[in-house]
Amino acid sequence: MPLILTEEQTMLQEAADGFLNDNAPIAHFRALRDSHDADGVSRDLWRAFGEMGFAGVIIPEAHGGLGLGAVEAGVIAESLGRTLTPSPFMGSAILSAKVLTDGGSEAQQTWLPKIAAGEAILALAVDEGAKHAPSRINARAERAGNGFKLNGAKGFVLDGHVADALIVAAKADEGTTLFLVDPKAAGVEIERTIMVDGHNAARITLSDVAVDADAVIGEVGGGEALLDAALTLGRACAASSLTGAGDQAFKVTLEYLRTRKQFGKLIGEFQALQHRAAHLFTELELSRAAALGALQAIDAGRDDAALAASIAKAKAGRVAELAVQEAVQMHGGVGMTDEFDVGLFMKRVRVLNELLGDAGFHAERLAQAQGF
Amino acid sequence: MSDLEVFRAETRAWLEENCPAEVRGPIKSEAEMIWGGRDAVFATPGHKLWLERMGARGWTAPEWPAEYGGGGLSREEAKVLASELRRIKAQPALNSFGVWMLGPALLAFGSEEQKKRFLPEIVRGEIRWCQGYSEPGAGSDLASIQTKAEDRGDHWIVNGQKIWTSYADKADWIFCLVRTDPDAPKHLGISFVLFDMRTPGVTTRPITLISGKSPFCETFFDDVRVEKENLVGTLNRGWDVAKHLLAHERTMIGAMGEVAGGRPVGQVALDAVGAAEDGRLDDPMLRARIADLEIDQAAFRLAMERVGDQVKAKQAHPAIASMLKYYGSELNKRRHELLMAAGGADALEWESERSRGGSAARDWLRTKANSIEGGTSEVQLNIIAKHLLQLPGA
Repeated sequence: MPLILTEEQTMLQEAADGFLNDNAPIAHFRALRDSHDADGVSRDLWRAFGEMGFAGVIIPEAHGGLGLGAVEAGVIAESLGRTLTPSPFMGSAILSAKVLTDGGSEAQQTWLPKIAAGEAILALAVDEGAKHAPSRINARAERAGNGFKLNGAKGFVLDGHVADALIVAAKADEGTTLFLVDPKAAGVEIERTIMVDGHNAARITLSDVAVDADAVIGEVGGGEALLDAALTLGRACAASSLTGAGDQAFKVTLEYLRTRKQFGKLIGEFQALQHRAAHLFTELELSRAAALGALQAIDAGRDDAALAASIAKAKAGRVAELAVQEAVQMHGGVGMTDEFDVGLFMKRVRVLNELLGDAGFHAERLAQAQGF
Repeated sequence: MSDLEVFRAETRAWLEENCPAEVRGPIKSEAEMIWGGRDAVFATPGHKLWLERMGARGWTAPEWPAEYGGGGLSREEAKVLASELRRIKAQPALNSFGVWMLGPALLAFGSEEQKKRFLPEIVRGEIRWCQGYSEPGAGSDLASIQTKAEDRGDHWIVNGQKIWTSYADKADWIFCLVRTDPDAPKHLGISFVLFDMRTPGVTTRPITLISGKSPFCETFFDDVRVEKENLVGTLNRGWDVAKHLLAHERTMIGAMGEVAGGRPVGQVALDAVGAAEDGRLDDPMLRARIADLEIDQAAFRLAMERVGDQVKAKQAHPAIASMLKYYGSELNKRRHELLMAAGGADALEWESERSRGGSAARDWLRTKANSIEGGTSEVQLNIIAKHLLQLPGA
């Protein structure tokens, strides 16, 4: 498989870029943020995502989706990275949709078509501490009556505050298990946490939350495999978003280098800045190759897909971090203002870096995979 | 089965049959590297056989047209071949400036006669080539070369000096930049010519490097006769050929860390440092640096593959080779810094049996040239800034 987009994938990229530039450019994000919007995310835009097919990109056609692959999901994620659009795409269309598609329970009949249509927002609740650590889940699921009783605390739950349903990872006696939980159920407390980038997450507390046995997605104790697949896809898509955000910050900065004058010269004439820009260009190409490589590995069902996703997430995270720092520094004082967009990219990249494991988390996984 | 799967099965079977045991496994010393040439030296009979078999099949240059002795493979087939070679840990059947640099330039600029004459013997590894580019006064500013070629009707007489000529003392022929019009602007008076290193008037002198080895030479031309039929491309437009070839040279240097293969740094470190109780390398700081390197290495490998695919799909900018050259050479330097750190005092042994003649230290020092040869890292960054980013005044 050549490591370039096919013609169809390029068309999807143009469609996603075009749609987002028309309907949800950075001004859309600013409007939500500055109006203190109660949801912090637009349901109308999400429905439009459904109409465009984006929300159902990986959802099988039988459930109302496009039935496309990881590469196509990554293409949309990259576009979202460029426009900084707050969207349930990652939480619903990627993570939750993947869990439901693979889980095969009744829940998928109910929720997949609604996600695909952009009618429902779902949230996957995995993280508990400050750092992503899906192998150390403390939330408990105890058998009670005909179902389970859930206890625990979750954090950094994307769109948790507006979710129509939650997918909660908790430890049963048999092992990690995924449960579909009604956010309005007794014992569920949800606190919206507006993050540094103006996007949303939530802290969720579960106190003796009773769920039926059919709330289990997949098998009891079978949550780990479902999570692994969803997290792998999520990480590769997050790598694409990071690449998009980093690349967009770079483009804006290049334009500034070509127009800003100091000492009677365009600042882009200074070799000190040229070399930094050239280095960053190179890093961004590596980031893009790593992301696409991981997405293709997932679609091909390769054994090393999870490792490839870790490599992509680590690389894209480090590169985007460099890109936004260079963007602010090269803009100088105006880069520090809220009026200029580059600072928004810096904040978004910090959040995307932490999401689903930072570069250190994934470098650790690589070291373990390589046996040192 | 798809055509590609059939090709994979056939390739695997052929390699199983034809790849000698001696060439399987990481290269243990420089002597094992197969360079070919009139005076070829092989570490074992298996190495000789490996070159002959792969050369006969054209698989030393898998994607070159079969009519010129190449393998005639598609890009996808060539990837399959490469992955099958990796699978059995086969050493390269041929290391060749002819394959890496001159061949692509001949395919693009050579006459039909030149292609028919030179390409098949490159594929078979019969003629070893060297590159006459840099001069004492023309390093990063390559276009200011002074070696001059005087027109004598059916031939030129070449006088001048080259430097950093890799393996000139072992090469059979040279591809060389000479000034054929001293009055033209510097880029417009250069021609690209080929000649035999046995021609009277050619002398070479190896240069000892900080590694204690002499992969480079000074090369002197004293009234050397060069036939006009050995001009490649148009007279005085040799710079176009030179640039085309440089792009291939840069891609090659960028890929050096990849091609060299060898054992993963983490494994080398485990051997030298040992593992902690939890099985992790017993040096957390070194472990973190190695993991970061391997992330970059993996991403770079994909970037190289992607550029190759872009070239094939005609989506690549010619200057993209500078990106690979820049990143790959810096990465290779980092890799060897870590290999030295991993090896500790063992890696410092310069002359001892167990260090195989100081190979770790010598290889480490050799990599310092990677970001200088073929255009320095700074020159590559200039090229990226100018041609890929279109920054003002670059």
